[in-house]
Amino acid sequence: MTEPRKVAVVAGNRIPFARQDKTYRHASNSDMLTAALNGLVDRTGLGGQEVGEVVAGAVLKHARDWNMVREVVLGSKLAPTTPAYDIQQACGTGLEAAILVGNKIALGQIDAGIAGGVDTASDAPLAVNDRLRNVLLDLNRAKTYPDRLKVLARVRPKDVVPEIPRNAEPRTGKSMGDHAALTALEWGITREAQDELAYNSHINLAKSYDRGFQNDLITPYLGLEKDQNLRPDTTLEKLAKLRTAYGKGETATMTAGNSTPLTDGASAVLLSTDEWAQEHGLRPLAYLTHSQTAAVDYVKGAEGLLMAPAYAVPRMLARAGISLQDFDYYEIHEAFASQVLSTLKAWEDPIFCKERLGLDAPLGEIDRAKLNVNGSSLAAGHPFAATGGRIVAALAKQLDENGGGRGLISICAAGGQGVVAILEK
Amino acid sequence: MTDRYQTFTTTPLGKTLVKNLGLPDPTPLPRWTEGSPVIDGPVVFGAIGETDAGKAVQALLRDIGAAFSTVTEGVASSTIRPKAIVFDATGATSTADLTSLQRFFSPVVRQLAPAGRVIVVGRTPELASSPEQHIAQRALEGFTRSLGKEVKRGATVNLVYVAPDAHEQLDSTLRFFLSPKSAYVDGQVARIGTGPLVSNDPSRPLAGRTALVTGAARGIGASIADILARDGATIIGVDVPQNADPLRKVISKIGGTELLLDVTAVDAAQRIAAHAQEQHGGLDIIVHNAGITRDRRLVNMRTDAWDAVLDVNLRAPERITKHLVESGALRDGGSIIGVSSMAGIAGNNGQTNYATSKAGVIGLVQALAPALAERQIRINAVAPGFIETEMTAKIPFTIREVGRRINSLQQGGLPIDVAETIAWFADPASAGVTGNVVRVCGQSMLGA
Repeated sequence: MTEPRKVAVVAGNRIPFARQDKTYRHASNSDMLTAALNGLVDRTGLGGQEVGEVVAGAVLKHARDWNMVREVVLGSKLAPTTPAYDIQQACGTGLEAAILVGNKIALGQIDAGIAGGVDTASDAPLAVNDRLRNVLLDLNRAKTYPDRLKVLARVRPKDVVPEIPRNAEPRTGKSMGDHAALTALEWGITREAQDELAYNSHINLAKSYDRGFQNDLITPYLGLEKDQNLRPDTTLEKLAKLRTAYGKGETATMTAGNSTPLTDGASAVLLSTDEWAQEHGLRPLAYLTHSQTAAVDYVKGAEGLLMAPAYAVPRMLARAGISLQDFDYYEIHEAFASQVLSTLKAWEDPIFCKERLGLDAPLGEIDRAKLNVNGSSLAAGHPFAATGGRIVAALAKQLDENGGGRGLISICAAGGQGVVAILEK
Repeated sequence: MTDRYQTFTTTPLGKTLVKNLGLPDPTPLPRWTEGSPVIDGPVVFGAIGETDAGKAVQALLRDIGAAFSTVTEGVASSTIRPKAIVFDATGATSTADLTSLQRFFSPVVRQLAPAGRVIVVGRTPELASSPEQHIAQRALEGFTRSLGKEVKRGATVNLVYVAPDAHEQLDSTLRFFLSPKSAYVDGQVARIGTGPLVSNDPSRPLAGRTALVTGAARGIGASIADILARDGATIIGVDVPQNADPLRKVISKIGGTELLLDVTAVDAAQRIAAHAQEQHGGLDIIVHNAGITRDRRLVNMRTDAWDAVLDVNLRAPERITKHLVESGALRDGGSIIGVSSMAGIAGNNGQTNYATSKAGVIGLVQALAPALAERQIRINAVAPGFIETEMTAKIPFTIREVGRRINSLQQGGLPIDVAETIAWFADPASAGVTGNVVRVCGQSMLGA
C-alpha cells in the first residue's frame, strides 16, 4: 500500500442561509443543494466534468428523497456519470461528508470529490402517523373490496393528525436547547458571556461581508445575497433585553439571540489531490489533515448532549501530537453560545480533563481573538447538514489568506455526538 | 400535602364518626419551633438503682429547666400529667430487675400527656459486663417496641442504649428524643458509644460548620437544608441542573452555595471536594439525600431502571463518601448521614431496585463506621417511612391511606421530621453516635 495522499480543500460555495419560513420557504432540499453545487461548479469551471464522488446529506429529509444527492447531481451541471451518495450524522453531516471524501482521496480511490449538506426547516417532511400508516399499508395488502372496507373502517379522526419532525432527542424527549441549558447551568455559563459570544459572531460575520471575504464563498439564491439571520447593527444591550427561551426561572440564560435559529440553506466543498487541482487550474487553499468523532452517554444525564466535541478534540490532538494552543484559528460551531462556552470551560477545568478525559493536565485556555473570526452559526444560521461545508470552506480560505497556519473545526451533533477536524497549510 | 382524613377527624362530625366506628384517630403532632424549650411540661424520672447514666439524665433535665420528679418503684403521683417519662434501666444486671419495668411504668404511663415522650436508657447489650446483664438489657427492646404501640395520642417510646463510660455523651440524644424534634421517631433504638466531649451552644449546634446536602432542591432535601441552616450550618446545596431554579430558591433563603451536578457523574466526588475546598475551605457534614425511585416488579424490571436507582441511591453515596474522606475534604470530627428507607429494611413489592439500594446504605453505615471512628468521623442513616411529600402525594389514594395509617401514630410524617433526625446526627455533640440506622416512620408495622 502506498502512503496516504494529501487532501486539499480547493474551493467552497454555499447559498446564503435563510431564516425558517422566509425566503426559501418553498425551496426543497434538492433545489438548494443543486444551487450550491452549481455555484461551485461554475466558480471552479467543472461544468460537464466528472468528479470522483459527491457526498452530501440532509438531516430533515422527505422519504421520496432516498437518493437525494445522486438526483441532485443528475440535475446539476456536473457530468451525469458522477457517482453520489447520501449520508446523515445530524449536525455533523457536512463535516463528516468532507472527511469521507478526504479519506477516499487520501487512499487513492478518487482524485477529487465534493462534500456537501443541505437542510430546510421550512419544507419539512410531514408524515402520516404510525396508526394511519399501518392502516394504509394493510389497505394495500387487502385483496378484495370487503377486506379493503374493513381496513378503512379502522381509520379514526385522530389518524389524520400528521407527525411533524421535532427538534427533540428521541431518547429524552427534551429539545436540544433544553439539553444545552442544563449543560450551561452545570458549567455556570452566564447570560452575559453568551450574549457577548453572540454579539461577536454577528460583528465578525458582518465584517467578513464588508471586506469581501464571502464573495467567492457564496452564490446568491432566490434574491438573497447575505445570511438572513445576520444583524450587523445588534448590540449587547439589545441582546440583553431578549427573553429566555430555554430553561426556567431566574437560572435561565439562553435566549433566541444566543441560540441558533432554525434555518434553510446548503453548502458544498471541493476536495482533491494537489495534482488534480493543478490539472484543473485550481490551487489548494488548505489541507484536511486530521479528523475525529466521539459520542457521549447523555441519556442517563452523566454528560451533556452537546459535549462530545470536548472528548473528540483531545483525542485528535494526541494523534496529531499538538496542543490546544497550537492553532491560529478555532472554528467552534455555535449551536448555542452556551455550547461553545461550556466546551471551552471544560477544557480549562482540571477535574473534567482528569476525570472525564483521563488527561494529566487541563487542555487550557484558547486565545479568544482566534475564535470564529469570520462569524459562525449564531450570526449565519445553522441549516444542520450545511454547516460543516460552510465552516470548511471559510476556514480554508482564511488559512490561505493568512498565508498558512492551522485551524481547528469542532461541531456538536444530536445524539450526543461530535465531529472535529484540523485544516492546515 | 395535607392529610384530609386527619383534618376531618377534628370536625364535630368527624369526631363522632371516629368514636362510634372505631376509626383511626391520629393526634396532630406538635413540631419544634425556634425558641421553644426542649420539653414543654413536667418529666417523671425513674431508675433501677443509682448509675452514672441516671445522674447524667438528671443533670440534663436540670440543664434544660424541666420540672422533673423522681418516682420510686410502684409509686406514681396522680396529680401530674408528665410530658415525658425517662427510665434509667442501665442498672438492670439480670432478668430479675425487669420486674421494675412493670412496677414503674404501669401506674405512670396512664398519666402521660398527649404527644408525650417515653425514653428508656439501657446498657448496650453487647458491651454488658455479664451474660445475665446482656440478656436483661436486650429484653428492653421488646418492652419499648410494645409500649410504643400501646401509648396513644401521639406519644412515642424510644430506647437509648449507652455504652459503658459513655454516659457523658447522652445529652444531644436525650434532647432530641425529649423534644418535638423527634415527633415521628417512635419505637426506635439509638446506640451511643464513647467519644470526645463537645460542648456547643444547643441553640446553634452547627455554627461554623459546612454541610453538603444532595438533592437539596425539593421535598425532604430542601427541609434538611433549612433545618441544618437553622442550626447554624453553612449549606452547600447539590442538585441536578434540571432543578437549578428550585435549588436557587432554597439556597437564596438560607445562604450558602449551590452546586449543580449529577451525583452519578464520574467526577461528581471530585467536583464536590473542589467546590467545598474553594468556597468553604472544607466540609463537616455530608447528607446523601439525593434519591430516585423507578418502581417495577423484578420480572418487568428494565436494566436502565435498575441501574439508575442503584447508581443514584447507593453507588454515588459510596463513591462520594470515599473520595471526600480520603481527600481530606471532610474534616476530622465530621458527620456523614445516609438516607435509607423503610423499604430497605422491610422490602417492598415493586421496589427490588430501590430496596437493594437502601439496604446498601445501611451496609455503607455499618461497614465504614469503625474505620471512620479513628478520625472521629461519624456515619449514621435515617430510614424514613411514609413522609408526606410531592412524591407520596402521587401514590394512589387507597395505597396512600394504608401507608399513612399503618403505624403507631396513624399518620404520615413530615419532611421536617427526617431533617430534625439528621440534625441530631450532624450535631458535633452527638460525638458518641455512630453506626446507627434510625427509622423516622412513626413505628410503622412494616419491617418493625
